[in-house]
Amino acid sequence: MAVSLQSRVTVIWAGLIVATGLSWQFGHGFGFGEKVHYATAAILIITFVKIRFVFLDFMELRTAPWPLRMAFEVWAISACVTLIGLYWLGV
Amino acid sequence: MSASYELPDSVKPHLPGETGVWMFIIGDVLVFSLLFAVFVYDRSQEVALFVEQQQLLNQTLGLLNTLLLLTSSWFVALAVHGARTGRLSRARGCFGLAILGGIGFVVIKYFEWSEKIAAGLTIETNNFFMYYYLMTGIHLMHMVIGIGVLVFLWQSVRDTEFDAQGVGVLESGACYWHLVDILWIALFALLYLMR
Repeated sequence: MAVSLQSRVTVIWAGLIVATGLSWQFGHGFGFGEKVHYATAAILIITFVKIRFVFLDFMELRTAPWPLRMAFEVWAISACVTLIGLYWLGV
Repeated sequence: MSASYELPDSVKPHLPGETGVWMFIIGDVLVFSLLFAVFVYDRSQEVALFVEQQQLLNQTLGLLNTLLLLTSSWFVALAVHGARTGRLSRARGCFGLAILGGIGFVVIKYFEWSEKIAAGLTIETNNFFMYYYLMTGIHLMHMVIGIGVLVFLWQSVRDTEFDAQGVGVLESGACYWHLVDILWIALFALLYLMR
């Protein structure tokens, strides 16, 4: 059990590093060219996916009582959608 | 000593750490959420200014700090697992590396701020830099407190009296450190990467 948990957090860490590299690329013109608003939306989605995995696996909400886990899941989706919506006001 | 404090499956679900710490985490997340929303709204009203000023940030240092904090958070997660399974020397080592990551973040932030201030970019320069110093400043306060918490945890796993109750304290401190990580993940995207 302990070994699998350690392996999991290590895989999650590697995923977070890769996701950071991907969002960095999107922030520097990769993938979306001149469509910067799509790049920004992608960056924000990646950001909240990263945050979700830190909550679930580093903070162990995956095994927490479901109302707490659900509250953070709902928050992550709501915050991401709200920030993309507010960003779009300036597009 | 190799006592294991791993929770058996039968007692899960399990709230890691103290309830009070989670109340603080929820409050802090909500306050920062509001700050993020106000920043993005204000950005939408002055897009040209924010985009232009963002180019003055040192993107490489922002990326380096993100990688440091993610790695520090990983070490803290490994330390908690190590302590639960009675591998206290491993937990100590992981906490030590996590502390070094945190100190590295603060040192980089010091150089980043110094560079900006020397270039005449202060909190009064414009709205972008007002948010930059405000948000990274509040986060830096969290960081400094967090490093203190990690030093306390590092010392606590040196204690030969370390027991299951100690694991609860570790979980609380670890969750606080991960919160600091989460806030930076969002700040990095908003301040450095948004285009």
